[in-house]
Amino acid sequence: MMQLKNKILVKLGMANDAGGPPDLDQVLRDLNQKISALFGKKPVGNGSNHTPKNDHVMVIPIWPILVLILAIWFATGFYIVDQGSRGVVLTFGKHTETTQPGPRWHLPYPIESVSVINMEQIRTIEVGYRSSDGGGAKAREPQESLMLTDDENIIDLQFAVQYNLKSVEDLSFNNRTTEDSIRGIAETAIREIVGRSKMDFALYEGREEIAVRAKKLMQDILDRYKTGVNVTSITMQNAQPPEQVQASFDDAVKAKQDLERQKNEGQAYANDIIPKARGTAARLAEEATGYKLRVENEAKGNASRFEQIYAQYQKAPEVTRQRLYIDAQEQILSSVSKVVVDQKNGNSMLYLPLDKLMSLPNQTGPGATHSNINTPASAGNSASSTTNNEVNARENMLGRDRP
Amino acid sequence: MNPLRQLSTVLISLLVLIILFVTTTFTVSQTEFALVFRLGEIVAVKSEPGLKFKLPFIENVRYFEKRIVTLDGEEPDRFLTSEKKNVLVDSFVKWRIIDPKKYYVSVKGDEVQAERRLSQTVNDGLRAEFGKRTIHDVVSGQRTQIMDILRKRADKDSRQMGIEILDVRLKRVDLTPEVSESVYQRMDAERKSVANQLRSEGAGAAEKIRADADKQREVIIAEAFRDAQKAKGEGDAKAAEIYTAAYGKNPEFYAFYRSLDAYKNTFKSKSDVMVLDPSSDFFKYMRSNNAGNKK
Repeated sequence: MMQLKNKILVKLGMANDAGGPPDLDQVLRDLNQKISALFGKKPVGNGSNHTPKNDHVMVIPIWPILVLILAIWFATGFYIVDQGSRGVVLTFGKHTETTQPGPRWHLPYPIESVSVINMEQIRTIEVGYRSSDGGGAKAREPQESLMLTDDENIIDLQFAVQYNLKSVEDLSFNNRTTEDSIRGIAETAIREIVGRSKMDFALYEGREEIAVRAKKLMQDILDRYKTGVNVTSITMQNAQPPEQVQASFDDAVKAKQDLERQKNEGQAYANDIIPKARGTAARLAEEATGYKLRVENEAKGNASRFEQIYAQYQKAPEVTRQRLYIDAQEQILSSVSKVVVDQKNGNSMLYLPLDKLMSLPNQTGPGATHSNINTPASAGNSASSTTNNEVNARENMLGRDRP
Repeated sequence: MNPLRQLSTVLISLLVLIILFVTTTFTVSQTEFALVFRLGEIVAVKSEPGLKFKLPFIENVRYFEKRIVTLDGEEPDRFLTSEKKNVLVDSFVKWRIIDPKKYYVSVKGDEVQAERRLSQTVNDGLRAEFGKRTIHDVVSGQRTQIMDILRKRADKDSRQMGIEILDVRLKRVDLTPEVSESVYQRMDAERKSVANQLRSEGAGAAEKIRADADKQREVIIAEAFRDAQKAKGEGDAKAAEIYTAAYGKNPEFYAFYRSLDAYKNTFKSKSDVMVLDPSSDFFKYMRSNNAGNKK
């Protein structure tokens, strides 16, 4: 009897270390440990034939001792169910009650036993990697993470499954559930989903959807076995192509960005030249309008001038004509260099050193016997000539701008 | 009364009671079956949990797992698909005992032995089903079908052992390392061609945008030129109309007037040299003050 008890205690120590999954056997041991911890080193109760044999006092109060033992035995039935946990009570191995959080009592061993199972605690299973306890780098598990897709490519998926319990009874009585068996179900679920998906979908746009679908499938499988496990989420930690082809995948992503960049560069060119062309077009339009108005107004002005002079001309044609003629002659002759040659004098040979006349406009030219060179100060219609020059310049500019 | 005697009486009677209780009762847990053997012969199957009774000493009890158990092979096995390619398959089986009597008889209640037989059955099934299918079918298309067929097959087989197969699931279906290597090479080549295509597409798209921009520029300017010329023409026409209206009143006088203007504009620089004859009209009065009268 004592040996058996010791054995249990040894097992308890082990159970203490492993914070593993809620195995029923272990939970039972946990309970036992709690009881023995509660009542100290001396294992009492349990209906054993324990008696103080080494007691030398002759008068022993037997009944009080028995009553005390009985009381202690009854006291072993007290237990506490933590918030978020449930107590599963077994009466001679048969499930009779599931208790809610709070202080509880059950009929003491060996009649009833209880296992307190944490229902709401979120547990995590890592597939494709194991994060080290020190919080350092994740260790990859290639045989778990590499999987085939529908288009026979291989991808590298790492994900974490988080779960809690929805039924402690199912967990305790229907399955010999271990973390590994849940991991197996997670793997089969995700591989089935990935196996039905194309690589690009699984790696990029469909990552979240795959997690959602895998979660659903996993829950379906777990429910089929009535495991009592509730998958709260599947999170993709990493979805990428395998190491061997990583470089070319990165390059393809880069190429996609290059494409965008090239397009943007082209667009930048377009954005540069089209507004400029619009500007040029606007300039042409404005200039044309300007030209049109100018020509029209010039015509109006010229016509008006002519009409006015013509009105006067009609009144006295001869005088006006003469006056206009002489005015013009005067204006011309006063601005140009002149050589007057009298041909009637009979000297028909005439030498005109034109180049010298032009280079020395202010001096009396030599050579010509009967010549008189007069160079008056230039007057005349300089105003009108300036205007003409400006007009010419403008016309030239227009011509240049035309494509 | 001697207290010691009293004590020993109590203790002895207690001991007897306990021994009696321990030897005649046993508990069946919610998670177990119990088989009661009387001198080696199975006399009762206890599948309901609770406190049960038996005859002391000549009857003993053995317990068997009632829960669902997972059979998960250690190492993935190789199977040939219909295209003669090797694939590595890792599967697991969910099973439970439904008939503990049969189970005990056929495998002596040894779980290891039971699992060995189960995995043989499942592997046979896998071999047969994979041999009929391509890798693609196995991985995606008919995965669920295969699992279903395997389950039914294994279930039928294992019923003889008192075992029910709840599920056979393919966990991993992987290519062998050699085949994986060629898959990687293919993936690599595919990505490279995608990258090249993207880059060419980018260059093409950029060129197209540029050409389009050039075209737009030409069109915009040409249209503007057209409109400009039109406007200018209108201006010219209007001007001509005005001139015609004005000058048409006396073309002869216009010619005279305009000619004078033209002369003025033509000869206006000192570098223009005019050779004049004094007999010209202009000098008429220079020669004689009454020349006009003479004429």
